Amino acid sequence: MLYLENIGRYFLMIKEVFRKPTKWGIMKNLILKEIDDLIYGSLGIIIFISFFIGGVVAIQTALNIDNPLIPKYLIGFTTRQSVILEFAPTFCSIIMAGKVGSYITSSIGTMRVTEQIDALEVMGVNSLNYLVFPKIIALLLYPFVIAISMYLGILGGWIAAVFGDYTTNAEFIKGLQIDFNPFHVFYAFFKTFVFAFILATIPSFYGYYMKGGALEVGKASTTSFVWTSVVIIIVNYLITQMLLG
Amino acid sequence: MITVENIHKSFGETHVLKGISTVFDKGKTNLIIGQSGSGKTVFIKTLLGLHKPDSGRIIYNDRVYSELSEDQKRLLRQEMGMVFQGSALFDSMTVEQNVMFPLKMFSSMPQEEMQERVDFVLQRVNLVNAHQKLPAELSGGMQKRVAIARAIVNRPKYLFCDEPNSGLDPKTAILIDNLIQEITQEYDITTVINTHDMNSVMEIGEKIVFLKNGLKEWEGTNKEIFKTDNEAVTNFVYSSDLFKKVRQMYIEERN
Repeated sequence: MLYLENIGRYFLMIKEVFRKPTKWGIMKNLILKEIDDLIYGSLGIIIFISFFIGGVVAIQTALNIDNPLIPKYLIGFTTRQSVILEFAPTFCSIIMAGKVGSYITSSIGTMRVTEQIDALEVMGVNSLNYLVFPKIIALLLYPFVIAISMYLGILGGWIAAVFGDYTTNAEFIKGLQIDFNPFHVFYAFFKTFVFAFILATIPSFYGYYMKGGALEVGKASTTSFVWTSVVIIIVNYLITQMLLG
Repeated sequence: MITVENIHKSFGETHVLKGISTVFDKGKTNLIIGQSGSGKTVFIKTLLGLHKPDSGRIIYNDRVYSELSEDQKRLLRQEMGMVFQGSALFDSMTVEQNVMFPLKMFSSMPQEEMQERVDFVLQRVNLVNAHQKLPAELSGGMQKRVAIARAIVNRPKYLFCDEPNSGLDPKTAILIDNLIQEITQEYDITTVINTHDMNSVMEIGEKIVFLKNGLKEWEGTNKEIFKTDNEAVTNFVYSSDLFKKVRQMYIEERN
């Protein structure tokens, strides 16, 4: 019953987020601050992970091809497909659920505990619009982060495969280009937009409606990470079934 | 003026407010007192609209809160100022930005006028040279002053304070009390203070409402509280030996 209640409350929260907008002059600054915190602040970890995971995917593929009949360009092909279809959009979103999601839940939760949200409400501010809407807008830039992740993942795979002597530059590039389907890129970015919305709203929900003190802020951050990840994985399955199945 | 008529509020099985009726006068410091768990905080949050009463009416001058639309409620809230127990200053903003926040949100004043207003209220609460400090860099008393400045910067008609003296030393507590009383009289606003600080009761209690177990047990002024025979009030207010002696001296002096 609690799950159903939370789902209902989540959708009511979303409705409230888009009601009674905050003045544009103030909202503009909030959006810029959120872009700095959520997008710019996440680039470092995404760049680091993408580069090395791309390399690992290439090496693993190379090491598992022991049949001489299987062409070496499959390393480039597998790296491209893995990175574009799943690693960049989904794996990075799970990482972001930990990094950005915990930040959102703990910052909003702390505002709840210290009565800052009550202060906004008493002033007549739509606190949900003030706190959550800028995060949703800032995370519209999330696909750019994923595009960087895709590029660096493939670059990492190329460096690991070519400089590790697993394949030649020509073979790897051939693998990257072979059987390329642009719809896969659309699919990846489409689900990235959906994950961005989930990343902005589910952690906000757990922060906004938390009760208690500092300990509960920590618990809410953990719960938020778990549920954001679960929802991303379920939605990933549904989108994949609908668009590629 | 705020008129409260037979307010009830429950949370699940717990009946917190059990039919409170009273009137809070304009231009006066109205105090709500009572033991922890008596319903003071729920009562003040209900007055603010943060809790919806199960039954009863709250009337702000001639506006019945429960009959207002959501937009009208937001407009009414813009006429309220609130000083929270923990000050509730926005961590990421400087003192100046905190105080300017309600003006930026709801007024169309030019920046210079807003700046003048902020400078004026910060001076009014005796806070100078703190404009660019963050809340974390301020003492508890200074944070309370900033919270008061933020609450009055939009010239509210109603000022609510939840335990404004909690965590402050006696001298700073008296300064904050006096400041709230001066501002109430100066701007002719309806001030409601939730406290269990007996100095505040004696000093600025122009009207006192005593709550016990979610019911209004007694109401009167700081002069009348010396004379009352209500056992619950005397047990609460004169719980310390010092206040018992003060009361005895007062009664002897009158006789």
